[in-house]
Amino acid sequence: MIRASGISVLAGQRRLLDGADLCVRPGRVTALIGPNGAGKSTLISVLAGERRPDEGDVRFDDAPLGSMAPLRLARRRAVLLQDSALDFAFTAEEVIELGRLPHSGDEAQLFDARAISEAARLAGVAPFLSRSYQTLSGGEKQRVQFARAIAQIWRPEGDARGESRYLILDEPTSALDLRHQRLVLDVARLLADQGVGVLAAIHDLNLASAYADDVALLKNGRVIASGEADEVFTAPALGACFDVEVEVLKRANGQRAILV
Amino acid sequence: MTDIADTRPRLSRAARRPAILAGLGAFLCLAFLVSLATGAVSIPAGDVLRALLGMENDARIAAIVQTIRLPRALLAVIVGAALAGAGAAFQGLFRNPLADPSLIGVSGGAALGAVFVIVLGSTLVGALPFLASPYLLPLAAFAGGLGATFAIQGLAQSRGQAATATLLLAGIAVNALTGALTGLLVYISNDTQLRDFTFWSMGSLASGGWRAVTLAALPILLALGIILTRARALDAMLLGEREALHLGVAVQRLKHVVMVAAALAVSSAVAVSGIVAFVGIVVPHVVRMMAGPDHRVVLPGSMLAGAALLLIADSFARVIVAPAELPIGLVTAAVGSPFFLWLLMRRRRSM
Repeated sequence: MIRASGISVLAGQRRLLDGADLCVRPGRVTALIGPNGAGKSTLISVLAGERRPDEGDVRFDDAPLGSMAPLRLARRRAVLLQDSALDFAFTAEEVIELGRLPHSGDEAQLFDARAISEAARLAGVAPFLSRSYQTLSGGEKQRVQFARAIAQIWRPEGDARGESRYLILDEPTSALDLRHQRLVLDVARLLADQGVGVLAAIHDLNLASAYADDVALLKNGRVIASGEADEVFTAPALGACFDVEVEVLKRANGQRAILV
Repeated sequence: MTDIADTRPRLSRAARRPAILAGLGAFLCLAFLVSLATGAVSIPAGDVLRALLGMENDARIAAIVQTIRLPRALLAVIVGAALAGAGAAFQGLFRNPLADPSLIGVSGGAALGAVFVIVLGSTLVGALPFLASPYLLPLAAFAGGLGATFAIQGLAQSRGQAATATLLLAGIAVNALTGALTGLLVYISNDTQLRDFTFWSMGSLASGGWRAVTLAALPILLALGIILTRARALDAMLLGEREALHLGVAVQRLKHVVMVAAALAVSSAVAVSGIVAFVGIVVPHVVRMMAGPDHRVVLPGSMLAGAALLLIADSFARVIVAPAELPIGLVTAAVGSPFFLWLLMRRRRSM
């Protein structure tokens, strides 16, 4: 489990995060939701070990996150950032291959090739692996980066090494059409079912509601509600988070529909 | 679901890597022989090989090859490898295919060191006799290059982090400062000193001989060796600094190590050859066009191609106006600038 407690991040006088708590549990999809500027990306960069909080602490499976070397962390935790600019003509496959970088020299190196092809298949980028990354559309680029993140933590199914793995996604669906939004979150779900702890910042409430086990609502740097999806996806909580009136309907198939 | 066989067309570029490096290596050997054979006196390749092996009977030819051309060719090899290898490393580090070591002050600092010795050296020698050493100019250029790099790195750091944009801005400021000081020293120089400095700044492999080779070889080989071990980390940097961090690269340490190593290589090269322009930008770019941006091929490939290019440019510089010779920096700049402009135009169109 990645557990962040009492996280505050200051930028000058401004508090980007103000005592935020969040848990990412293995085997579960946790959605991070909140309006623009609520601090989602900042919280993600803290949980990913990229930014040290000014207050509070983060534990990665009970070890203090700050004490873990980048390489050790990278073998078990992949991060997909919002917009990655790449000015060099790598092919899509070479980008995905970079996801295996942390494993050079460890035993997982053995299945590098399988990890790359599986990640490409899951992210639906197999048809254009040999194309130059620069010539891809925005959505294709995002899925190639997604495949790179999958490749980084991929393991053969049933590989019981017992070490938990995490996948952190900052707005993974922002550049994607409806079908590929579903595809990316289906894969996140699949990985969670294999034991990966997934954290995803998601803008679309209905999409989040369809895939999340746990939800955290972030507003002005604070987590104003968190817990299982059913407890958090309520009209009052969402209304308070986004300052709009929200209606939460239960559909016949048990899914929620969130209307604004 | 697609068949696995379809999803994995083997990386043709990855497979081509060894062939490309072998090809560049062969090209370098050829350029090396050409460089030994050409000059004011043209020597047949067979005689060159015999002289290299110590089996040449004609003492005059053996002397030309062994004491004049061989050290000069070796100097071209290490200087070319240093400039192109360091250029490739800088471009990876700054994620900008147009980055150049001069951005972080190496050339400007080295020029300041050199002009300092040329203009004030003779005044200081009276007071400090050890300054009369022939190593003085290269050492001053070397110290100036490294000093400027460290100054820029120090200025750009805050809380242990060096932001790339700050680094580039600090580089511009320090370059302006070294440029002004260089200008000041040039202003107070006499005609001979002015001429010496002008020739130094156009680059030449003529002065050094074996002394220059022994002076520059060790730091350059060391620096290039260090850079080569960072190939994959630089690949990750191309994705972005944050992405590299999340892939397990200790980004701040990588920046520090690569900058110091590249500055060491370039300072050493500038110290023995003066300023040889554009090799650091043009060569890595050509290698990338042939083999893709993977640093496992770009770094060693640039070193090999840079060495070969400088050998050819030097041969050209020696024969074109024989028995005099052109400064090699003129040759590389004359070829490099149009090429660079062409790159810029192409880039602008693709944006």
